[in-house]
Amino acid sequence: MGRIWRISGPLIIAEEMKGAQVYEIVEIGEEGLIGEIIGLEGDRAMIQAHEDTVGLEVGQGVSGMGRILTAELGPGIVGSIYDGLQKPLTVLMESGSFLKRGVKVSRLPRDRKWHFTPQVAAGDRVNGGDIIGTVPETELIEHRVMVPLGMGGVVKEIGEGDYTVEEPVAWVEVDGEVQGLTLMQEWPVRKPRPYKRRLAPSQLLITGMRIMDYMFPLALGGKAAIPGGFGTGKTVALQQLARWAQTHLNIYVGCGERGNEMADVLYSFRQLKDPSTGRLLQEKEVFLANTSNMPVVAREASIFVGITIAEYFRDMGYDILLVADSTSRWAEAMREVGGRLEEMPGEEGFPAYLGSRLSSFYERAGLVECEGSPQRRGSVTIVGAVSPPGADFSEPVTQNTLRIVDALYSLDVSLANRRHFPTISWLSSYSLYVDAVRDWWSNVAPEWEQTRATALKILQEEAGLEEIVRLVGPEALPEKDKLLLLVARMIREDFLMQSAYHEIDTYCLPQRAHSMLATILKFYELAGKLSEEGISVAEIRSSPLVYKISRMKDIPHDEFDDRIKQLWDEMEVGLVSHKGVA
Amino acid sequence: MSFWPLYVKETGAITSAKGALIMTESIPGIKFGEIVDVRLSNGEVKRGQAIDISKETTVVQVFGGVSEVDLVGSRVRCKGETLRLPVSIDILGRVFNGMGEAIDGGPPTVAEDYLDVNGEPINPASRLPPAEFIETGISAIDGLNSLVRGQKLPIFSASGLPHNRIVTQIVRQAQVRGREERFAIVFAAIGVSYNDASFFMKNLEETGARERAVLFINTASDPIIERIATPRLALTAAQYLAWKHGMHVLVILSDMTNYCEALRELSAMREEIPSRRGYPGYMYTDLATMYERAGRIAGEEGSVTIMPILTMPDDDITHPIPDLTGYITEGQIVLSRELERKGIYPPIDVFLSLSRMMKQGIGGGKTREDHNNVFMQLYAAYSEGCYLREISTIIGAEALAERDKIYLAAADRFEREFISQGEFERRRVEDTLDIGWGLFSMLPEEELKLISEEFINRYLPRHSEKI
Repeated sequence: MGRIWRISGPLIIAEEMKGAQVYEIVEIGEEGLIGEIIGLEGDRAMIQAHEDTVGLEVGQGVSGMGRILTAELGPGIVGSIYDGLQKPLTVLMESGSFLKRGVKVSRLPRDRKWHFTPQVAAGDRVNGGDIIGTVPETELIEHRVMVPLGMGGVVKEIGEGDYTVEEPVAWVEVDGEVQGLTLMQEWPVRKPRPYKRRLAPSQLLITGMRIMDYMFPLALGGKAAIPGGFGTGKTVALQQLARWAQTHLNIYVGCGERGNEMADVLYSFRQLKDPSTGRLLQEKEVFLANTSNMPVVAREASIFVGITIAEYFRDMGYDILLVADSTSRWAEAMREVGGRLEEMPGEEGFPAYLGSRLSSFYERAGLVECEGSPQRRGSVTIVGAVSPPGADFSEPVTQNTLRIVDALYSLDVSLANRRHFPTISWLSSYSLYVDAVRDWWSNVAPEWEQTRATALKILQEEAGLEEIVRLVGPEALPEKDKLLLLVARMIREDFLMQSAYHEIDTYCLPQRAHSMLATILKFYELAGKLSEEGISVAEIRSSPLVYKISRMKDIPHDEFDDRIKQLWDEMEVGLVSHKGVA
Repeated sequence: MSFWPLYVKETGAITSAKGALIMTESIPGIKFGEIVDVRLSNGEVKRGQAIDISKETTVVQVFGGVSEVDLVGSRVRCKGETLRLPVSIDILGRVFNGMGEAIDGGPPTVAEDYLDVNGEPINPASRLPPAEFIETGISAIDGLNSLVRGQKLPIFSASGLPHNRIVTQIVRQAQVRGREERFAIVFAAIGVSYNDASFFMKNLEETGARERAVLFINTASDPIIERIATPRLALTAAQYLAWKHGMHVLVILSDMTNYCEALRELSAMREEIPSRRGYPGYMYTDLATMYERAGRIAGEEGSVTIMPILTMPDDDITHPIPDLTGYITEGQIVLSRELERKGIYPPIDVFLSLSRMMKQGIGGGKTREDHNNVFMQLYAAYSEGCYLREISTIIGAEALAERDKIYLAAADRFEREFISQGEFERRRVEDTLDIGWGLFSMLPEEELKLISEEFINRYLPRHSEKI
């Protein structure tokens, strides 16, 4: 038990702290505010407080809890809304609509009973990571109960039944001593959970967003960044990901962002249904909401709590997507604490360890073979938003992030001003997973690679022609280039542009995306022949087919194949030589 | 007004006084963030706040600066209280200074409660997503950047642009249609000139909104430290009216650029490590803790809608002040010097402007079913027109194709008829949308790609009716 020596905003220095360890959790003052030791010097401890420190006094008590910051893992996580320290916000609502500090609540519900079905029998030998049974957590997630890592022994007793998270579901003899296994375990959030082996990503993470799935694919187990200035639709893009990504579980970490947007996310996830299962999205989501007005230091914790939960479900053999909005706010929290510790700053006041701290987060993504038996694979995919000041990508957080991630979705302000959404730039984004998912795509659409390359080339050429147009005007271009501009525009507006708010267009399967783009390129091919025969591009542009292609987005999913086939037939007739344009 | 408790501790000597900070020997029992009195040798009392306390020293930030503080006779006295605002329903119609003291000549508030000016964060799970459309009667806002209750929507202006006139127009006209509810206006003048403050007061008088308004005035000549407190006092008053009395409160904070400058000045006095352009690294969080006090709460009557005004230094939207604000607020209304020069009022740049909460507040049953389609198509058409305008400045309008000339004309008309309107003209949202349809009737019908056919048939004026 130590005492407060100094208070400076979220930084507290306590004395008489001998025996404390770095990253140990402490309770501060009469209210028992949660803090974390970030450094020790003699008998003094530097503490970052996860709650507001106004009203604390020098000399008040600081007690070490003897443990470091952990996440509580077990049934009851899915569908929850937590703050940055994994306190359930819905439980905190019972003490009012405003967040009071120092409130203690349990992270997993203690009174709820879960139905446990064993998968091993008495007499079996089990080791850390082995699945001993299951609990139906939600309709969409079967919670696989694992032996805590590092433990092993012979099962003495195990039985089906209803248990709370604290009641043992099995008794295991470990080195002659019988220990109870409960549904719940803890894991320190800053320590990556181990796995047997890391595997190379090879499967597309289906996001339902055409520009991602088709142009810049992300693989399960990958890591990507979405940097964009304000108003570039970053949050909408991330929400779309969290909504439609075809993974088993999605974790949405709102780190230092807007409360109203968080409310909107929470509200919409209670209404929307998962396209592949028809169940409410809430049944496959975990939310961590640490909005910008909540204590700064807890932003760091929220990112690590999120990734720890992700790894835990990965270890059950699931594919997890973690969306972090925004890593810049997290970095700012580091800067604030670093500044108060009077550390030597790096670029723009950020601590010099910014890069390594960012990697320690992103490197926890990956496709792995999980610990324990039965043999299984799981993955964690991370997509982190970056909010560069002044939309200037040369700033430290963006630059340090780009060194780590393998896919970049760069959001473009000028697209946002033109209301082209999603604003992912086709000229400056990239994905290093194109090769990894080639085999996956070849099973869905063998011509994917070719079609993708052609479309990107057209867009690239358009960018070149744009500069000429600005000098000489569109009418002065040769017909061939006018047609290219028309087609590029169709690719942009009728394929890449996708409305998050349109009932049908909000989610697009890869197969459908391919058909849409192939249709536009087919149009290009036929129109190219017409143009060679002297039909003007102005005439081609006014063809009703151009309009029909632009409406492909609205075709309901069940009619899509028929209607596209019909459209191709119409193109064959309407865009054929010597007849002019129908 | 006396909201200071009687319990008082006196302390030891002041060891240094510089800028706005004084350091004293350690003060036993002082709380972090506590409000203290600094009693000078001449008997004058200044107020300050403990911003860094330890067993050895206490750092106090003095409201009003350290002038006349001496190290021999001056003393710091603690009162065990953090900064609080006395509130009651009688604050409506009153004028306060940046310390929360009445400056309208009236009596001090008889407090029903003393509220911590920093407030507490709203539990994100308790929030209701904002969805009630506020009709401001201004087409460029209602049609393209709709405001909803509980939103925080700033106006990014620049020196010499008519943001004050636009805000007073909004205050005069804003309403949620079909509802008779209690609403209030809280206005904080932060470091503005006396003229600006009295312009606003005069306007409130004229529209009869004066008794439904609470004003907090910190003029350019008042101490900068009070400037830090002013918006917090205003928001505390707003939250009190919204959550205690179920009122719909519109908070106007003008001018937040002055607030940020004050924050930078203080940060420099505290010798903190600066971030971009000398502004403190915590400016995002500092602004967020204020703007996030906007919102609606499940089960509560009222709402807090915040409209901060800031002037972009050098018209630069990437400057840290507008930039960090844009990351916190739910969109922004950006004023354009170019439109102003063309004589267009209100000079709202619709490309840079944005309302993130718009989608939830518009559509059938809220504004009109075609709103979203009209909005998308207006943007597309105007953006095409502006692009062609740029090209035509180089190659001449004559060299454009016929279709392109139509777009060029439509863009001009959009600025003159849709964006532009009278300062006292209140347009219903239906009128706004119909002006949009009038513009669409200029364009070839097959170009209306973003509007569903159903709406085209229902709303597009017949060719004979072309305006």
